[in-house]
Amino acid sequence: MTWLPDGRYVDDAPYIDTTDLSAPERQEFDAPSWVLIWRRFKRHRLGLIAGLFLLICYLILPIAGFIAPYTPNERSAEYLYSPPQEINLWHEGRFVGPFVYPTTATADLVNYRWTYETDTTRPMPLEFFCEGGTYNLFGFIPSDTHLVCAPPGATIFLWGSDRLGRDVFSRILYGAQLSLTVGLIGITVSFVLGIFFGSIAGYFGGKTDWAINRVIEILRSLPELPLWLALSAAVPSNWGPVSVFFIISIILGILDWPGLARAVRSKFLSLREEEYVRAAEMMGARPARVIRRHLLPNFMSHLIASATLSIPAMILGETALSFLGLGLRAPAVSWGVMLNDAQNLASIEIYPWTAIPMLPIIIVVLAFNFLGDGLRASLDPYKS
Amino acid sequence: MMFLRYAVYRFVTMLLTLVVVSVMVFVIINLPPGDYLSNQIAELRATGQAEGVAKAEFLRTEYALDRPLWEQYLIWAGFAPGPQGFSGLIQGNFGWSFEFDRPVGEIVGDALWLTVLVNLAAVLFVYVVALPLGVVAAARSETWVDYSAAFVGYLGLATPNFLLALILFYYGHKYFDLPIGGLMDPIYEGEPMSWPKVKSILIHMIVPTFVIGTSGAAAMMQRLRANMLDELSKPYVETARAKGLAPAKLLAKYPLRMAFNPFVADIGNLLPAMVSGSVLVSVVLGLQTIGPFLLAALKSQDQFLAGFVLMFVALLTLIGTMISDMLLVLLDPRIRYGARGQ
Repeated sequence: MTWLPDGRYVDDAPYIDTTDLSAPERQEFDAPSWVLIWRRFKRHRLGLIAGLFLLICYLILPIAGFIAPYTPNERSAEYLYSPPQEINLWHEGRFVGPFVYPTTATADLVNYRWTYETDTTRPMPLEFFCEGGTYNLFGFIPSDTHLVCAPPGATIFLWGSDRLGRDVFSRILYGAQLSLTVGLIGITVSFVLGIFFGSIAGYFGGKTDWAINRVIEILRSLPELPLWLALSAAVPSNWGPVSVFFIISIILGILDWPGLARAVRSKFLSLREEEYVRAAEMMGARPARVIRRHLLPNFMSHLIASATLSIPAMILGETALSFLGLGLRAPAVSWGVMLNDAQNLASIEIYPWTAIPMLPIIIVVLAFNFLGDGLRASLDPYKS
Repeated sequence: MMFLRYAVYRFVTMLLTLVVVSVMVFVIINLPPGDYLSNQIAELRATGQAEGVAKAEFLRTEYALDRPLWEQYLIWAGFAPGPQGFSGLIQGNFGWSFEFDRPVGEIVGDALWLTVLVNLAAVLFVYVVALPLGVVAAARSETWVDYSAAFVGYLGLATPNFLLALILFYYGHKYFDLPIGGLMDPIYEGEPMSWPKVKSILIHMIVPTFVIGTSGAAAMMQRLRANMLDELSKPYVETARAKGLAPAKLLAKYPLRMAFNPFVADIGNLLPAMVSGSVLVSVVLGLQTIGPFLLAALKSQDQFLAGFVLMFVALLTLIGTMISDMLLVLLDPRIRYGARGQ
């Protein structure tokens, strides 16, 4: 680079005629679409944070047993309705490391409730990588090592304990395993059904379209919850928790597909007139291939964004069903099952921590909403 | 005249939909293995109560439960003559509730109009709240008004209805002395209508209306805001502004009218969710609507009661959707009547 006397800068490198001037921009143009989407998505702060949060949540699921100090149905009969405990670091100005104060329960027979006294003279340091109740790491590796456990003679109820003396915090972690996957399974079912029916309706049109459209209209015009209720009431009560869980997620998915199918259909109606579709057809591609290879990839990303937005409805749906006692049932642990315990006003008034499971529900649902909004905004082709 | 034709067309579609829905409902309530009466008969046999068995057997033939399913459906819906001739849903005979041992119509009686009332109130609430908030959020977009409205909206969408209900009830009672549970004071139950009763119902409806309406209002507000923003960025708004039209008048005169159509049309999409919400909230708060009946009936396989409640809920949504469709046609002359190509 040289600075000429008249103030201009001139590049010293020799001029080569063959240099492709548009090379830097080409990189931009040739970048695969997901890179472009990612770039735009990164600018959407709220969506990005929500996405990271959800990623962490889902990554924790397989190791929930390791992080939770207790197993979900482990009862501490001496500690019913124990209030949340604090983890302290300093005891009387001296650094002890993470510890808890032991508590003792007394039955208040006048007000008919449990009261707890904290013994602040004896700090009891927490144990790390210690042995506790057995659980399955990643669902199949039996293990009994926990990240943190209570020292013998004390408890560690971060968010209190419930009416049977079970740790609310641990149960929330275990509950996440079901509550968060219900949405994923449900959305998969709804996705498959929605794409299948939406695409054949949009691609073939005519009578198929008419029939599918009527079904969509009918399903969309019905209130979901009563149907969910009725369908889950049909689940035999002698089924195991796992099968009930799967059937509930499938029920949630079955009633959700019409919205997605409608989006797919309207998109297909316009896309099937494109030249590349005609070209593919003339070369002898079968409808299934045209749909899968040529049409669907066009707006798969849009579908994923809208699917993200309908996961919260499923999570809330599972919660509502379990809350009413028609969804998952104990001994299965989900956030809805936990809230079932907090159903009465008394527990909100006296033991407010039993309603804590509502916080993760609200946060996760919000996160999915933000993520979906962020995705949709970054996919919008009309915005620069 | 055109509108009348559209109205008739829309009404006929609704009836057809209702028929399909009735088939669906019937299949769903018959999904669980066994039925209330066979369970009862088995139980009575086991305990050796011959008298009860005879009654249950009588009910079985009386309500045609011993016939094949498709025949049962036709009789239930009133398309085919049953043991007492044509007497099904169409003829206004809703069947027998085995659990309560009374006719379904008698049990749900009051609950029906209370359900309609609660849902109407919720729809009104949605409009009354979402309209001003949405307009203000759009007019003052990207200010604290907009952000706080959006925040409240998101929170409303994310909080499960039943929890919101519990919490509001608790705090409403604690700080505003709102009554807990039910739709009226117990003393008015079964009493004829009177002013104190109306007042009691109104006070009891505050929390349920709020709970059922919140998520709907939030969704509606967001959509109205988006529509308004679209309209506000159009040149005619700029022209009006340049000519010196007062901001409030400007908003109300043009963009609001344009943004209003989707607002009306959306109630059709919203209604199913709201009726769902009202069922759930009624169960949690013990409102005397048909929600608790539905839950009880589903749990005990009381099929006629469950079937009727499901049909009623569906009918409610379908009528609501139909009305919103017609309103939309009246509001927006660009929407074509009837089928495509006319």
